[in-house]
Amino acid sequence: MKKSAKAVIIDILLIAMMILPLTACIVLKILFSPAAEGITVTGAIIYFTIPMPIMDLPITESQVNSWAVILTILAICLFLTRRLNIKSVSKRQFLAELIVEKAENLVKSNMGERFMGFAPFIAAILGLSALSSLSSLLGLYPPTSDINIVAGWAILVFILITHYKLKGGLGNYLKGYTEPIAVFTPINIISEVATPVSMTFRHFGNVLSGSVISVLVAAALQGLTSLLLGWLPGLLGEIPFLQIGIPAVLSLYFDIFSGCLQAFIFAMLTMLYIANGFPEEAYEKRRLKKRRA
Amino acid sequence: MELAIGIILGCCALGAGIAMIAGIGPGIGEGYAVGQACEAIGRQPECKGSVTSTMLMGCAIAESTGIYALVIAILLIFVAPSFLVGVLQGAVA
Repeated sequence: MKKSAKAVIIDILLIAMMILPLTACIVLKILFSPAAEGITVTGAIIYFTIPMPIMDLPITESQVNSWAVILTILAICLFLTRRLNIKSVSKRQFLAELIVEKAENLVKSNMGERFMGFAPFIAAILGLSALSSLSSLLGLYPPTSDINIVAGWAILVFILITHYKLKGGLGNYLKGYTEPIAVFTPINIISEVATPVSMTFRHFGNVLSGSVISVLVAAALQGLTSLLLGWLPGLLGEIPFLQIGIPAVLSLYFDIFSGCLQAFIFAMLTMLYIANGFPEEAYEKRRLKKRRA
Repeated sequence: MELAIGIILGCCALGAGIAMIAGIGPGIGEGYAVGQACEAIGRQPECKGSVTSTMLMGCAIAESTGIYALVIAILLIFVAPSFLVGVLQGAVA
């Protein structure tokens, strides 16, 4: 089967849509970042602020980067699902089927058949989080090392958890706080609030600690190099021989392994909390009562 | 004034250092978990995959107390000094 010219053009456009947002982010960062001396640890750059009635709304680097990541994921999804057919499965369709199958298997083994509808949501969280963390490989400020972005996701998940807990009726939900005895109520409320906080801090802390440690090690290696070679005359003393290779090993762990692991854990915890919070017996009882009435 | 700012900076650094003592707990816990996982794999090499993924999951959850301490330490180093100095200057002026 030969591709038509139109299909090729759309493919090229989609590939451009994958690459362009991240490139635009790099250009924006280069344009906006102030000339810094040496290596420093800074937060996200604020591009501009929108005046709002209560508080000004700053549009930061992490927000813009996360929008770019969202656009990239959208382009990848559109690219993979183009021209699906049953008879001749292309490589692209095979990859798309593999991703969908893996996500469905993950959800089925962790949440059960009832929550199969969660597979797209879980896959979306997994992909967004992993690609956000991996965007630090391009020299961007990873959106997951900004607490606001991760807190947004955690609050979304918290709302979902509460929604599924309320499926068994409000009385059942409130009664859950007095388990096992009424004295435990404050502790139960604290542990309920601690869920989104701990999810936020776990993801944010892991990614941020990686970048801080990378910067500290890079600064230390720079100092060590100038100490060892500084006495040599001219250009010979400026060879950064310790900075070659060693930071890459750290980046392999902190950026690739830790980023992907945290994405997986965030998705895993989402699944476990939602599936465990769902009161199955109370829900069935309530449904039976409704059907009788 | 300089003395007060110096005390603020020193105490922030000291507090960050003390906060990171919490790293001991997750270290011991994760080491124990990994040791047990190694033992399990040695006993039943065929379930290496599931043991490894469960172990990584458990390690990440055990790590959260350490991460709390890390967040506090990072706040104390990068955020608290400028905030506290601002409060002090506001109080003086």
